[in-house]
Amino acid sequence: MEIVHVYTKRRNEFGRQCNFSDRPAELHVDILPDPSLASNFIERDPCDVPIQCTQEMSEHEVNTERFESDTRGINHVEGGWPKDVNPQEMEQTIRFRKKVEKDEHYSSTIMQLGSNMEHCIKQNNAINIYQEYFEEEEEELVEESEEQPSAKTINVFRDPNEIKRTATCLSWHPDGSCKLAVAYSSLGFQNISPDMSYDSYIWDIENPNKPEMTLKPVSLLVCLEYNPKDSHILVGGSYNGQIAYWDTRKGSQPVEMSTIEHSHRDPVYKVIWLQSKTGTDTFSASTDGQVLWWDIRKMSEPTERLVLDPNKKGNLDNALGAISLEFETTMPTKFMVGTEQGLVVSCNRKAKTPAEKIVCTYSGHHGPIYALQRNPFFPKNFLTVADWTARIWSEDIKESSIMWTKYHMAYLSDGCWSPVRPSVFFTVKMDGTLDVWDFLFKQNDPTLSLKVCDEALYSLRVQDNGRFLACGSQLGTATLLEISPGLCTLQRNEKALATAMFERETKREKILEARHREMRLKERSRSEQSKDEDTKEGDGEESVEELATRTEAEFYEIVEAELKKRAKEQEKKVRRD
Amino acid sequence: RFSAVFIFSPKQAEVEETLKRIQTHKGVIGTIVVNAEGIPIRTTLDNSTTVQYAGLLHQLTMKARSTVRDLDPQNDLTFLRIRSKKHEIMVAPDKEYLLIVIQNPSE
Repeated sequence: MEIVHVYTKRRNEFGRQCNFSDRPAELHVDILPDPSLASNFIERDPCDVPIQCTQEMSEHEVNTERFESDTRGINHVEGGWPKDVNPQEMEQTIRFRKKVEKDEHYSSTIMQLGSNMEHCIKQNNAINIYQEYFEEEEEELVEESEEQPSAKTINVFRDPNEIKRTATCLSWHPDGSCKLAVAYSSLGFQNISPDMSYDSYIWDIENPNKPEMTLKPVSLLVCLEYNPKDSHILVGGSYNGQIAYWDTRKGSQPVEMSTIEHSHRDPVYKVIWLQSKTGTDTFSASTDGQVLWWDIRKMSEPTERLVLDPNKKGNLDNALGAISLEFETTMPTKFMVGTEQGLVVSCNRKAKTPAEKIVCTYSGHHGPIYALQRNPFFPKNFLTVADWTARIWSEDIKESSIMWTKYHMAYLSDGCWSPVRPSVFFTVKMDGTLDVWDFLFKQNDPTLSLKVCDEALYSLRVQDNGRFLACGSQLGTATLLEISPGLCTLQRNEKALATAMFERETKREKILEARHREMRLKERSRSEQSKDEDTKEGDGEESVEELATRTEAEFYEIVEAELKKRAKEQEKKVRRD
Repeated sequence: RFSAVFIFSPKQAEVEETLKRIQTHKGVIGTIVVNAEGIPIRTTLDNSTTVQYAGLLHQLTMKARSTVRDLDPQNDLTFLRIRSKKHEIMVAPDKEYLLIVIQNPSE
């Protein structure tokens, strides 16, 4: 019920001083109790009412904005000296100290404190209260415990620029892995705006607020690698096809860049350091179909070049575009290239002629091969990550991979083996998830699947200790994750089990390959026979429709023949009975 | 340094002996005596370390004492032990002086 009181005032009276007048009290509204309303309520008897006689407290949560903290040291300078004593003067300070020591109160205090102190010192010397008694047993327990595999985000490094670029390549510092070099570029077709910064950064993993060092290339860097022999040198491949190398002691500008005429014609997708005496050799791959070898001391032209022509003729027009490279220091003469067309090309460096350089190809993927890596424990087996699957191959089997994951919903963009466990590998997908696969434990699904961020993840790199990994996303965010100890400590029989598994799968594929070969031989001999028949009929050329009708006719013939055969067999059986 | 001290009274001799005894206990790395203003009176460590310990521990002791007294006004701080990975810092507080001993406990 609304109680309204209206009063009016004339417009020309506004602003006039108030003339208050007094009048007796008026009753405006009188609401009498209405017992009929009580029928809307039910009486409750007894009524439980809790009462608490304590301090009233309220809880309030506040989440502050991310704040930047800086660590600084303070050099403590003496203070507190009385005004007449100059702390710099030795004489005055000594005199002051002696004066204090002569004080009676000082002596008695020190005696008393000293006895307390001695008691505690003797206590410490008697027994070490923090001694670990069950250290060894605890360790054993940890090994056997079935902890859930997990991964924890430790730090997130965001691209400090306004216009975000994709973090396309990550490289850990070779000694101690306390620094991470991230290459930023934009891989979308003609997606580079004029305001986009070309810088790539080296981050100190403890400080996510500001990169430790900036690298300023001439064009966006697509890939970046630390030299494993010299931790100050990095080599980077850029979007315009040039290779450049930096020395972190010499500043942000590249020390030297390759000349444009001799560089790649397409973005350089991968660059790897080679094993050599001088430690200055690298090789790079790009989608223009070339693999170039460089010595960083002389960047004016490549030392060697290989054209990925599957026909082995060195024809650049036929060449396959290279997207990833693989090189193991334990096998310095061989290397592998993953191509845009889905083929893995295995090559031999020491071959005399370019035709012999390409040894063999492995096919089986439907899309560009984004990652290619040999298993650090079993170099004969390698991992490829492309399209919607990750596949494990054996060098001997060229027709198909020996093991593969199921087809995922999102495209896989990068992957790598764990350096400490032979059966564990990691993959990242375009929907922002990181998958950890343990093939000895579970083969259908990843052992651990973690959604790192909402945007696509483009790159992944595991640190040498296998514990930390970094992944880079489309908006330039590099996330540092720590995985649970269960996934990075070598299990007891792991090597033996992994060896057995790889051998078993390789054998299975070999058998299948042999069978396919047999079937193909049969087909060939059969088609040779039918070719003779065809030449009797007419020319070999037939249109698609004719081919379709012929195939249909053949199919029905085969079906009918089979049915007739079965009917005959039935008859024979009936007759026998 | 402060090793040369003129002993004028038997009390001072006792003080000397006490401090020396403390210093020679097993595992003791250093001993510092600090007054109420944070000025180190006696020390067996080098100057910069002493000044650092004196300043920091003085503040910490004041804070510890006020904490104990806030919780129970009739209580007071008698001893403060800080155990760290490398060693143990023991502080015996008094109204006017602080006796600080750094010891590496038996391993």
